[in-house]
Amino acid sequence: MKKTFKHCQSLYDLPTHYCPGCGHGIAHRLVAEVVQELGIREKTIGIAPVGCAVVAYDYWNFDCSEAAHGRALAVATAIKRVHPRNIVFTYQGDGDLAAIGTNETIHAANRGENLSVVFINNAVYGMTGGQLAPTTLLGQKTSTSIEGREKKAHGYPLKISEMLALLPGVCYIERVSLHSPPEVLKAKRAIKQAFENQIHNLGFSLVEILSPCPTYWGLAPKESLDWIRDVMQKEFPLGRIK
Amino acid sequence: MKILLSGNEAIAQGAIQAGCSFYAGYPITPQNEIIAYMAKHMPKKGVFIQAESELAAINMVYGASAAGVRAMTSSSSPGISLKQEGISYIAGAQLPAVIVNIMRGGPGLGNIAPAQSDYFQATRGGGHGDYHLIVLAPACVQEAYDLTQTGFDLADKYRIPVMILGDGILGQMMEPVEIRRQKTENRKQKQPIKPWALTGCKGRKPNIVKSFFLREGALEEFNLKLQKNYEIIRQKEARFEGLFLSDAKVILVAYGTMARIAKSAIFELRKEGYKIGLIRPISLWPFPVNAFRHPSIVNRHPSFLVIEMSYGQMLEDVRLAVGGRQQVEFFGRSGGGVPTEGQIMNKVKKILS
Repeated sequence: MKKTFKHCQSLYDLPTHYCPGCGHGIAHRLVAEVVQELGIREKTIGIAPVGCAVVAYDYWNFDCSEAAHGRALAVATAIKRVHPRNIVFTYQGDGDLAAIGTNETIHAANRGENLSVVFINNAVYGMTGGQLAPTTLLGQKTSTSIEGREKKAHGYPLKISEMLALLPGVCYIERVSLHSPPEVLKAKRAIKQAFENQIHNLGFSLVEILSPCPTYWGLAPKESLDWIRDVMQKEFPLGRIK
Repeated sequence: MKILLSGNEAIAQGAIQAGCSFYAGYPITPQNEIIAYMAKHMPKKGVFIQAESELAAINMVYGASAAGVRAMTSSSSPGISLKQEGISYIAGAQLPAVIVNIMRGGPGLGNIAPAQSDYFQATRGGGHGDYHLIVLAPACVQEAYDLTQTGFDLADKYRIPVMILGDGILGQMMEPVEIRRQKTENRKQKQPIKPWALTGCKGRKPNIVKSFFLREGALEEFNLKLQKNYEIIRQKEARFEGLFLSDAKVILVAYGTMARIAKSAIFELRKEGYKIGLIRPISLWPFPVNAFRHPSIVNRHPSFLVIEMSYGQMLEDVRLAVGGRQQVEFFGRSGGGVPTEGQIMNKVKKILS
């Protein structure tokens, strides 16, 4: 029989530590496949966030750095400025990118840093036990919004991608999802676009990925995917934002 | 060649001389000449970034250092407090970096007058976790220039963040500076090779820059490795200047600008026949404990008088070094007050009376 699927060299052949149904494993693999297909493994430098994906470097087979919570884009800015020929990307969650790191995010984007950002939006803080995130939906129950997110007490889900799209230094923003195989393929295309933009020196690119967190949504893996399709993407519409 | 520079400019020029090719900073008085000088004089191949915050600046230094170049940031007291998280991560990731603190009055917003009240923060690590910085305290503009270069060499040698700790007087004061490259151990190569740096994994296994150790026992193992490094630094890198230690009945202990005022007081007192000496710690961490434990000092039982622009911070290190064997007195002012020559002389006379 002909072998049609090969393991991707940019991804170690390991089981992940993620919960059943978590989106990180898929997103990691998409990043690794893009790096592989673009032939940039030997010049790629990834920045892992603080959060569930902190040990992304255990799975990616290329140079990586940790960054303090929220500071990935400051770290990435410096690495890219020092090594402009390398391909530098950050992989950040919603708390990291849109709460504690909002300042670093906005200013790296506004400077038009030639970077690629993979932004995982799962509407909760996963690693710390499912607290309210900037992207938590109105009415969504978390361990710190027990009755559900309420606009008077917690404000509204933060649409940081739409906010960033206003900045002239930003070249590309797209929101994608992992809730079905066709959407996963679209997500991969978007990540590839973000990396290609960097290769062509076009400036700041960001891909927001709606990603399931069954554990802290209190849903089964399959129900989590349906929740993205039926509920989450109404608040965070998919498609090209810029 | 000598040129006239302020302490702040001398630190910036010293950094460039040492091959610093990355600077990120955020404006704060009284160190603004450093960021302005770096913006103007950073070589073309280097990188200068005015960051959006102190947090971003120190994390940019983390990134640049991880990428393998000599990197520096500078600030003053409130800004250095903001940088502490990043400094802890730099220490945890074993990255070399130089951080300049031109101290001002605190706590809180304080004022912009010179002070030495960040001594505890600088010498005890400052951020979370069991770590140290090498802390170097210049007392004149030439030394600020020279020690900044030494700082980069030590940072690379031990893979440790180094702090240059000055005060607002040193930062603003202008003096002639001899422009020279400090002697380094590896004079053949300008900077050490950094096989751990992030450059892309071509021809090697991937490098990971990290300070996260989740496996049971792994963090303790790593911390012991850090402690071993600190012990070597304690043994090898303590620096101090001693003056009139062979006959002194009272030894003044002061660092930075305060040591210069102490010196003036010592010369006046010796003119009046008082046998007074000076220990000026140049490295605040490691603290030069052996200076206090030398037999020629211990056997003569002099008193020590610690003088600070703070309220008894270095005093604790002097007491630890002396170990209760001799009397240790203290005089300090802070919040804009600077102990004067006259005040120091009076204090000394009181001790001797």
